[in-house]
Amino acid sequence: MDAPQKITHVLNRLSLGIRPGDRAKAEQMGVENYIQHYIQQQLNPSSLPEPNSLLVRLKALPTLTLSAKQLFEQYAVDNQADADTQQAMRQRQAQIFQEAMQARFLRAIESPRQLQEVMVDFWFNHFNVSENKGLTKLWTSNYEQVAIRPHVLGKFRDLLMATAKHPAMLVYLDNWRNTDPNSPQAKGGFRGLNENYARELMELHTLGINGGYSQADVESLTRIFTGWSVITQQQPTADASGFVFVRDRHDPSDKVLLGKKITGGGPDGGLREGEEALALLAQHPATARHISYKLAQYFVADDPPEGLVSQLADRFIATDGDIKAVLLKLFESDAFWREAYYQRKFKTPYQYLLSIARAVGAVSPTEQDLTRIYGFMNQLGMPLYRCQMPNGYAQVEGPWLNPDAMMRRVSLAIATVNHRPPENKPDPPALQATLGNQLSAETRAIVNDAPMHLRSALMMGSPDMMYR
Amino acid sequence: MKRRHFITHTTLAAASGFVTLAGHGWAWRAKAQSGPAAALAANSPRLIVVFLRGGTDGLNVVVPYQEARYYEARPSIAIAKPGSQGAPDKSAIDKSAIDLDGQFGLHPALQPLMSEWQAGNLAFVHACGSPSETRSHFQAQDYIETGMPDVVANDGWLNRLLAEMRNENPTQAINVGEKMSLILTGDETVASITANGAADRPLPIDRPQIQTAFDRLYAGKSQLARAYQEGRRAREIVLREISEEMMKASRGALPPEQFKDSAQSLARLMTSDAATQIAFMELGNWDTHVNQMGLMQRNLGLLATGLKTLVKDLGAVYNNTTIVVISEFGRTVAENGNGGTDHGHGNVVWLLGGGIQGKKVYGEWPGLTATSGYESREYESRDLAITTDFRDVLISLLSQQFGFGSGAIARIFPNYQAQKTLPLV
Repeated sequence: MDAPQKITHVLNRLSLGIRPGDRAKAEQMGVENYIQHYIQQQLNPSSLPEPNSLLVRLKALPTLTLSAKQLFEQYAVDNQADADTQQAMRQRQAQIFQEAMQARFLRAIESPRQLQEVMVDFWFNHFNVSENKGLTKLWTSNYEQVAIRPHVLGKFRDLLMATAKHPAMLVYLDNWRNTDPNSPQAKGGFRGLNENYARELMELHTLGINGGYSQADVESLTRIFTGWSVITQQQPTADASGFVFVRDRHDPSDKVLLGKKITGGGPDGGLREGEEALALLAQHPATARHISYKLAQYFVADDPPEGLVSQLADRFIATDGDIKAVLLKLFESDAFWREAYYQRKFKTPYQYLLSIARAVGAVSPTEQDLTRIYGFMNQLGMPLYRCQMPNGYAQVEGPWLNPDAMMRRVSLAIATVNHRPPENKPDPPALQATLGNQLSAETRAIVNDAPMHLRSALMMGSPDMMYR
Repeated sequence: MKRRHFITHTTLAAASGFVTLAGHGWAWRAKAQSGPAAALAANSPRLIVVFLRGGTDGLNVVVPYQEARYYEARPSIAIAKPGSQGAPDKSAIDKSAIDLDGQFGLHPALQPLMSEWQAGNLAFVHACGSPSETRSHFQAQDYIETGMPDVVANDGWLNRLLAEMRNENPTQAINVGEKMSLILTGDETVASITANGAADRPLPIDRPQIQTAFDRLYAGKSQLARAYQEGRRAREIVLREISEEMMKASRGALPPEQFKDSAQSLARLMTSDAATQIAFMELGNWDTHVNQMGLMQRNLGLLATGLKTLVKDLGAVYNNTTIVVISEFGRTVAENGNGGTDHGHGNVVWLLGGGIQGKKVYGEWPGLTATSGYESREYESRDLAITTDFRDVLISLLSQQFGFGSGAIARIFPNYQAQKTLPLV
C-alpha cells in the first residue's frame, strides 16, 4: 500500500468511516507517524475525551444507566394488570429500545473512540441477543452497556463471564429455565433441562463448531448451568445485575466437561461450576483459534490468511485472551497491510449506513435522523438489536451482495443526501476531499461529469463506498 | 463456520477481479437482452421451496397417533388422537389431530389444507431429513440449502437447479426474504422481493435521471457492477408486474400477515410476464424450546393461510407447480421441562402441488420405540430416525416433474447417489 492508501485503510478498518478533517490531519502529521499514533490512541480509548456535545446527548437517555434490576422493576409488564394498562406498559418499554438505538448511533457517528465502537459492533454480534424474545426486550440495552461495552478491549474471559450471567443472554438462549428435573424446585415452567445456551456457548461463543466437543459435553454443560436464572416476580433478588442462581434447581452432581472433571455442588450450591466451565472454555486453544479467525475475518479479509490466524491465536493464548494485545498484533501484521486486501471488505448495512453519516459530517444528528438510519438498516435486512439467530449477522460479502441489495443501497444513498435540509446538504467538493483516494479516479471522473445536485448521492452510492 | 469459509472463496475471487462465470452467471447474464421476459408456458414445471427455520416439530405436524410412545413422551404437548371423544371440554375436540390414513393425523391448525389432501394434491414424507448428525441450526440449515450434508459448500441446490434451466429472464428465480438465502446463492443471479413489501415500493433509483448517472458508475464487469445491473433489470419487471394496489396492501403489514402477502406477490410473479419458475420463501420461529403448543398453533395457521393463497392465486400454473416445505431437523421425541422440545433429527417433508400423487404419507415409518427406529442411534436415543434422505425426495421430484436425467441430477446434487425413488408425480 502507498501512503494515501494506508490512511484510507487504517481509518476504514479501525473506525466506522472517514470523517471530514481526518485525512488532512494525517497528512499534516506524516503518514507513518499518524498511523502509529492513531492505532495507539484507538487501543486506549480512555485517552480520547468524548466531546461534550455527545456526553450531553447521552445524559438525556436515562434508561442507559439503569441496572437490570431497575429496568425490571420499572418497565416489566405486570401480567395481573388489565389489558389497557398492559398495553400502556408495553408502549413505555419501547423507550428502552429507542434510547439504546440512539446511543449506539450517536457514539458510532460522533465518538472519537472509534475502535471501541467497532468492537462493540463485533462483540455484540458475536454474543448476539435479540430483543424480540420475551424479557430480553427489557435488557438488551443494559446487556450492551454492562456486559459488552466495558470489556470490548479487555480480557475475553471477562467478556464471556459477563455475557453468561447477563439476564438478556439467559433469557435469549433459554437458560433461565434450565432445571435439573430431579431437583426440589423442578415444577411448572421449570421442569427440566434446556440445552440451548450450553450448545451455542461452545459452538458460537467459544470453541467453534469444529472445536472438538461432543453431544455428551453439551449435556454436561447443560447440567452445569442448571439454576442459572434471572429476576422475575417469583424470583426477586437484591442483586442489581438481575442474575439469580436458584440452588434448588441446580444439579449438584459431578460432571465431566471436555475430559475435565468439574466437581459438583459445594458451599455455594454449585454456582462455581459454571464459572469454572466458562474459565475452561475461555482458555481453550480452540477458542483462541475461533476468536482469532473471526477477528481476522472482520479486520482483514473474508478468507483470512492461515498464518495470521495462527499468530493471533498464539498471542491470544500467551496473553490469556487479552483482546487489546491480539488486536495490536493484528494491526502490526504484514497481512493487515497487504495491498490485495485494500478496499476489499464489503461493508455490512450497519457499516455502510454509518460510514455515510460520518462522511457527510453529521453533527449531533436529530432523533429523526437516527430513526431513519434504523429504518434503513431494517430495509437492508439488518435490524439493530433484532438479529434472531444466535450466530449474529454475517461479516462477509456473500450474504449482503446481491442485485436487490444494490438497488436498495443506491436508493438509500440518494435518500440520505436528499433528505438533508438545504443549508446542510453535503458540499460535493468537500465530500470528495473527505473521501480522498477512497474514490477511484474513474469514480471521480464520472461524479464530476454529473449535474452538481446529484454528485453527493453518486459518491455515497458509488462502488468505492460499498467497501472498506 | 463452514458456510462462512466457503463464501469467502467466491468473495476473494471476485474481489481480485477474477471472472470465471462464463457460460452462466453474471458475466453471461449481463449480455442478455433486457426486453420483456417471454411468458413461460403454463405447463412448464415450477418449484417453490418453503423453508421453516428453527427446526419444526414434525411429530406434531403429521402425528403418529397410533404410537403409545408418542403420548408417553409428550404428556403435555401431544396432539390428541383424531376425534377424541369424551374429552373434558368441547375445545379438546378442536385440538385433536385430523385423521389422514388411519396411522397419521394432521395438526388441527392445518385444517385449511385438508381440501388439498382430499383432492390428492398434498403428500408428506415422514422420518425424512438430512443424514448429518449436527444439531446446530446453522449447519443443518446450510446442509439442507447446499444439498451437501457435512460438506463445505458455497452454493445452494436451488441455484444449481436454476443453472440447468437458465433462460434470459432476470426474474426466472425469486428469493422472498430480507436477504439472499444460501439455497439460491451461486453463479446464477436471482431477483428478490422482501417479505415486508419494501422492495415493491418505488425507490429513488427508479427515477430516470438518477438511473442514468448511476448506470455509468456501475457500467463495469465486476461482481458488484453486475449485481447492480441485474438489480435494475429485475426491478423493471417486478415493478411492472406487482400492481400499485398490491404494494399498498403489503406495505407495513405486520409479520403474521407478511407470509400471506408475499405468497400473493410471488404467485403474481409466477403467473405474469415475470415468468418466475423457481422461488424460495421462508418462515421462522419454529425453535420451540418453550411453550410449543401456542407457537405451533399460530405458526402452522400462518403457513396454511400462505400455502392456500399460493394454491388459489397460481390458478392454472398450480397444476405444474410443486411446493416443498422443509425444515432443518425435527425435534426430540420427548418434551423437555418447559413445554417444548429440543433439537432432534428426523422430520416430515411436505409436498403440495397439482401434479403430486398426494393423499399419501410416503417413507418407511421407523416407529418411536426401542426396537424400531427411536433407540437405534447409539448415543442419541432420543430422536425420530431418518429412513428417507431429503435429497431422495428432491431427486424423485426433479426427475419425474422436471424430466432431468442423471447428468443434471449429479450437477444439482454432487457426489450423491439416490438410495430410492418415490413415485411422487
